[in-house]
Amino acid sequence: MRDTFVDTTTALLADDPRTALVLADISAGLFVPAADRHPDRVLNVGIREQLMVGVAGGLALTGLRPIVHTYAPFLVERAYEQLKLDLDHQGASAVLVSVGASYDRPEAGRTHLSPADVSLIDTLHGWTVHVPGHPGEVAPLLRTAVAAETSAYLRLSVLSNDRPLGGDGALQVVRDAGPGAPLVVAVGPTLDAATAALADLPVTVAYTNRPRPFDTAGLRDRAGTEVILVEPYLAGTSSRVVSAALADRPHRLLALGVGREELRRYGSADDHAHWHGLDASGLRRSVLDFVSPALR
Amino acid sequence: MTATTTTTAIAEAAAPLDGRPPVAPLLERIRAGREFGANVYSTIDVLQVLYHRVLRVHPTTVDDPDRDRFLLSKGHAVAGYYAVLAAAEFFPADWLDDQGGPASRLGEHPDRMLVPGVEIGSGSLGHGLGLGVGTALGLRAQGRLEPRVYVLLGDAELDEGSNHEAITYAGTNSLANLTAIVIDNASATHGWPGGPAARFTVDGWTAATVDGRDHDALHTALTGHDGNRPHVVVAVVDPKED
Repeated sequence: MRDTFVDTTTALLADDPRTALVLADISAGLFVPAADRHPDRVLNVGIREQLMVGVAGGLALTGLRPIVHTYAPFLVERAYEQLKLDLDHQGASAVLVSVGASYDRPEAGRTHLSPADVSLIDTLHGWTVHVPGHPGEVAPLLRTAVAAETSAYLRLSVLSNDRPLGGDGALQVVRDAGPGAPLVVAVGPTLDAATAALADLPVTVAYTNRPRPFDTAGLRDRAGTEVILVEPYLAGTSSRVVSAALADRPHRLLALGVGREELRRYGSADDHAHWHGLDASGLRRSVLDFVSPALR
Repeated sequence: MTATTTTTAIAEAAAPLDGRPPVAPLLERIRAGREFGANVYSTIDVLQVLYHRVLRVHPTTVDDPDRDRFLLSKGHAVAGYYAVLAAAEFFPADWLDDQGGPASRLGEHPDRMLVPGVEIGSGSLGHGLGLGVGTALGLRAQGRLEPRVYVLLGDAELDEGSNHEAITYAGTNSLANLTAIVIDNASATHGWPGGPAARFTVDGWTAATVDGRDHDALHTALTGHDGNRPHVVVAVVDPKED
């Protein structure tokens, strides 16, 4: 996904003189050709994340469209007040692109884990959040985000589904169990594990790579009584949105995702998916526990 | 702050010799009987020199991409700022009468989305210089070489580490269209041994440290950039009283 991001951003910088890129050393080596061609619009501020976002705000105030990129915890958590004040409070906007989603690099430990990023962005108003599930989804999402006027967060991951799914962010039904069936909404790279886990169960599986704004109309169209969220970041991040969308209907909601507890374990991304119950066996167990009365 | 310097500042503000509209009555209007801290008076001289003699921005050019930008980073120094902006007719003086009211556009910290002529919303310390660096970079990237970006900070505000990210980057990258102004009322809890200017010059900025009450000295300092490097003006005023 990062390679696609680099190629697409390099092309955007060449095509649109309003586009600028702000870096804090991460990925700077991949943007050397772009920096050589556009030295005034490819700005690596060094390991200075507060300045990175402040610079993005200033660039936007002069009419440029900044893309801001670094590792997720440093982009969103370390510089959170700059997002709130140097972008939103100024009426300025930017496109944030992170690498290092949740447990993409678990051997690095807690400092490089960032399951809370989407929750933090969700405290802000009017942001679009894209969580691509495959490298093939990155370019159109990035181009759409840069072409818009509002702020967006594009969350890249080393985890991926086998095939890209296009679409405009609306819920896409990938397996239809008919009216009234429990609805599973899988976000980004969780889709393959969800479909594998639930293949023989009478549940509808829908996909989105745009959790904000959440497709609440699509949710209302498809949802019966049971809704199951499967998100690759903090469990419950989208619960408030689903609850609000279905406030006028009796419903039950199961929100699966990354847990809050610091595990203090290294290992692989697969290990962490297992520990957080986001692998196929874990998802199957959680979903069965939740819907088994209906299945019986 | 001695009574004498305060009186002198108010007298100048009340009756400018060159026919400019007086700021002092507007400051009194916004004060509305409240007790102002010394920080209000310590900033107003710099603001007057900037808006009367330095900045190329007027109420009719607040959206002109080639205007100079003034970013008030220490957003609590707002009363003098509002008075100077009102005197220059960026907004109606009537607005001063209801600061902080439910329908007011004027808060205890300025909001660029609410007040014409205000370039940034500020209040949380340590945000203006980063925004100023980005603004200066954005102007440069678009070939706008005439406008200059001025950011006003306080010496205590320099405690925030974000400023030092910006100072080093601007200096080592020769961001020549940027001027920082530090109002030095010796209010930083742990001080700046050697003076605030040293924190800038070590990274390649030019610097001038002047009497923050002396309008001619301020004018010389505020126009003293060399065109190749960022510039800092340290305006020394009376130490803050505890």
